Amino acid sequence: MSFALVPLAFVMWAVTYPARALPMLAPGIERLPPRAVAYLRLAGPAALAALAAVNCLLTSDKPPHLLVGIEPLAVLLCILVVARTRLLLPGVTAAVVLVAVARAMGVAA
Amino acid sequence: MSGARIGAAGGVTPRELADSRQRLVRDAMAISAYALPVGLVYGLAALQAHYSLVDVLANSTIALAGGAQFAAAGLVKDGASWFAIAGVTLLVNARHLLYSAAVAPYAGVKSRRERAVMAHFLTDETFALALAHFRRIGSFDRRGYWIAAMAIFIPWTIGSTLGYLAAGAVDTGKLGLDVAFPAAMAGLSLGMVSGRRDVAAALGAVAVAVPIGLLAGASVGLVSGAVLGPFFGLAVPPSGNEESSAPETPEPSAEAGLP
Repeated sequence: MSFALVPLAFVMWAVTYPARALPMLAPGIERLPPRAVAYLRLAGPAALAALAAVNCLLTSDKPPHLLVGIEPLAVLLCILVVARTRLLLPGVTAAVVLVAVARAMGVAA
Repeated sequence: MSGARIGAAGGVTPRELADSRQRLVRDAMAISAYALPVGLVYGLAALQAHYSLVDVLANSTIALAGGAQFAAAGLVKDGASWFAIAGVTLLVNARHLLYSAAVAPYAGVKSRRERAVMAHFLTDETFALALAHFRRIGSFDRRGYWIAAMAIFIPWTIGSTLGYLAAGAVDTGKLGLDVAFPAAMAGLSLGMVSGRRDVAAALGAVAVAVPIGLLAGASVGLVSGAVLGPFFGLAVPPSGNEESSAPETPEPSAEAGLP
């Protein structure tokens, strides 16, 4: 069994833990300029949206190409379901079912 | 040992403390019930990125950062450098600075060592559950904090392990499970949206990530979108619920069942 990505877990911890610990251990450090706080609040949705877009709109070739297929539609369906229910699991389930059905019917690769 | 500090700031009776803990446990059970299946999806994403079971367990217990773990799995799959993964993790988890600042006034009664341990478990859900409990009782409650922390830590770890093991036994492409990862990322991003600035940041990130990804590769596009996207949000005026920067209201991502 490979342990190759265990050090990556420590790298991720090393960049996550300070944000969780510093204000608790060194009160006052969180008093960032309002502009910096606003940027930090926006970083989460931006990073995850970029990740979703790259993974459903680009092929895994090198260099990548724009992906045309059922996958972007499935992600869009997930967004609509999550927007309606505010729950992640029904959205992901709907996306997976759409792709599975499309592939079973032969209308998607 | 109860772990509760009923000080002058709180002044709650033992009955009020018990009631608040009961409510905390009920809320925690709802979070746990959701964290387990989302953990299953993460286990699947990790399998597709060629993680081993030990890698999955290490990431779920050491990093303990659901959104960032999903992001890392996608980046590993795309062959991104660990430097890029660290950068994205930093960005995705920067919001924890605000959570920690909100909990700090309550946790100040505990020793530095205990606060250092508590901080490891300060996820979206722990923050949401624990802060609501502390505000109800007006003071810190050690037992309450650990109920909140374990409500996400245990099901997330179990779920990601089971997801990894179960996904290995099925044809993920035929079942459409390969779309679970980008769908989960899009859903999580939406879960963090609470105003027009968030929408602008998310759309701006997409607008940057896709063309740069086409030109320079997926991971470069991703990092560019993540770094530049927030500036699109800052360019638009905040809506009413974005005026205050105080993290008193937990982000909606806590509902998604991710650490």
